[in-house]
Amino acid sequence: MDSPQPRRILVAIKRVVDYNVRIRVKPDGSGVALDGVKLSINPFDAIAIEEALRIKERGRADEVVVATIGPADCQATLRNALAMGAQRALHVVADAALEPLDLAGVLRKLVEREQPFLVILGKQAIDDDNNQTGQMLAALWNRPQATFASKVELTDTVARVTREVDAGLETIEVDLPAVITTDLRLNEPRFVKLPEIMKAKTKPLTNIPLGEIGGPGTARAKVQKTEPPPGRQRGIMVKDTAELFGELSKRGLV
Amino acid sequence: MNKILIIAEHAGDKLNASTAKCVKAASTLAGSEISVAVFAAPGSKVAAQAAQIAGVARVLEVANAVHEHALAATIAPQVAELAAPFSHVFGPSTTFGKDLMPRVAALLGAPQVSDVMSIESATRFRRPIYAGNAITTVEVAADKIVATIRIASFEAAGAGGSAAVEAASPTVALPTHTRFVSLAAAGSDRPDLQSASKVVSGGRALASSDAFKLIYSLADKLGAAVGASRAAVDAGYVPSDMQVGQTGKIIAPELYVAIGISGAIQHITGIKDARTIVAINKDSEAPIFEVADIGIVGDLFTIVPELEKLIDASKK
Repeated sequence: MDSPQPRRILVAIKRVVDYNVRIRVKPDGSGVALDGVKLSINPFDAIAIEEALRIKERGRADEVVVATIGPADCQATLRNALAMGAQRALHVVADAALEPLDLAGVLRKLVEREQPFLVILGKQAIDDDNNQTGQMLAALWNRPQATFASKVELTDTVARVTREVDAGLETIEVDLPAVITTDLRLNEPRFVKLPEIMKAKTKPLTNIPLGEIGGPGTARAKVQKTEPPPGRQRGIMVKDTAELFGELSKRGLV
Repeated sequence: MNKILIIAEHAGDKLNASTAKCVKAASTLAGSEISVAVFAAPGSKVAAQAAQIAGVARVLEVANAVHEHALAATIAPQVAELAAPFSHVFGPSTTFGKDLMPRVAALLGAPQVSDVMSIESATRFRRPIYAGNAITTVEVAADKIVATIRIASFEAAGAGGSAAVEAASPTVALPTHTRFVSLAAAGSDRPDLQSASKVVSGGRALASSDAFKLIYSLADKLGAAVGASRAAVDAGYVPSDMQVGQTGKIIAPELYVAIGISGAIQHITGIKDARTIVAINKDSEAPIFEVADIGIVGDLFTIVPELEKLIDASKK
């Protein structure tokens, strides 16, 4: 393509409570206890970075830029993405959490700045499980979306994406530029090696105050209360198959 | 008066049960008028099916050949146009609704509440976060609210409705930048995993694709759909559309039989609304037993064939 810009992929990432942590709801119902809890990159977003890097390694992109929106200490998450192999990082510094529509608005501004041919994000963050931001960005950008991707094939002008849908595997074709959101089976993210971590410390990381790019969020939705889920009662144990069958019959299930 | 628009999900000629579940959810909000929008190819029977759902006041049918395959990019701008007189726009929290509804919300400049498990008021909703390990109550201040309905939390609204079907023709230009290529369906005569009343699932302990025959066989005896744990999917024993759990399908059958599944938290999240959970596992410490109504410790390769024989014998 006859483009003055390098072919760039923008990957949006979020820092979340590590997926191995068993979260605890605060007794006063004010939220989930986050003090001293291990924080990591959202697993779906790590898959997004990996996919962008593989596209670059196949020669289909010149540059991978990662971006996050969050408080100052999210920088470590961006450094991690740089260590994986991204060239540059953008940190939109926001102390309070933004709603998906506001996040999408900020990402839309970053898209204007960076002019990527592809934006890749995780399909959802494993903390609030919203599954909204990628689709909202695609709408605000008026570009195609290919959500829940398990396979991505690119030409210069289109992406052919296989999606994990309830009915099976759907393949769609979208014109570029486009937004892709990742599902679990798209790839397995690489491990970061120590020399890469050292190298990542000198890669460019730009801070952008939220006010400069989107302003404060609108807070349309307010969480009133957070509770633990109702537990299931532990049932009975049966000693053999005959007894199992007996219980199932008694309950009218066979 | 709440005016609720529900976006129907369907497979060409058959309405998906998720639509009647969205209607049920909407009907829990007192003083609501419920309309269903159907985007289908001309000649589809889906609008007529939607009109029969109890509680539906009106069906808006947008018949257009482009809707032979549902594409969020094509449907979303039309929903946004139709949504003008409505206070709420609901879709199912299935891959169809999860793909579509945020695009609708952004076009409307409206907030979305995802995975609604109960509706407390026109502006207050309960939804799970952290893979169902916490439940939040959210109050939304907006003129229009978009939501996806967690279908495992609602029963399907009954039949017996007789809503009027009106043709609707949104005028917005439709994009051509997104094109359907193909759908590789699992292809099975068994009940659909998402809506089946009975589900039999296998886990890593099956140890091979071949051993899953045991699961299929028991499922057929019970008239059940077949599911699998993430471990079984990742090991390549079965395709990914069979995965039950937070990252797969969230289901609420009458009977769920977990065979050789340890019960990782993300799996439990997908089944905890099942009426009766049966666990068969050789490890008595497996976390699945903490949520099982009936548990049996032992070798699945012995127990499952024995159970089949007992079911056969009872049918004679």
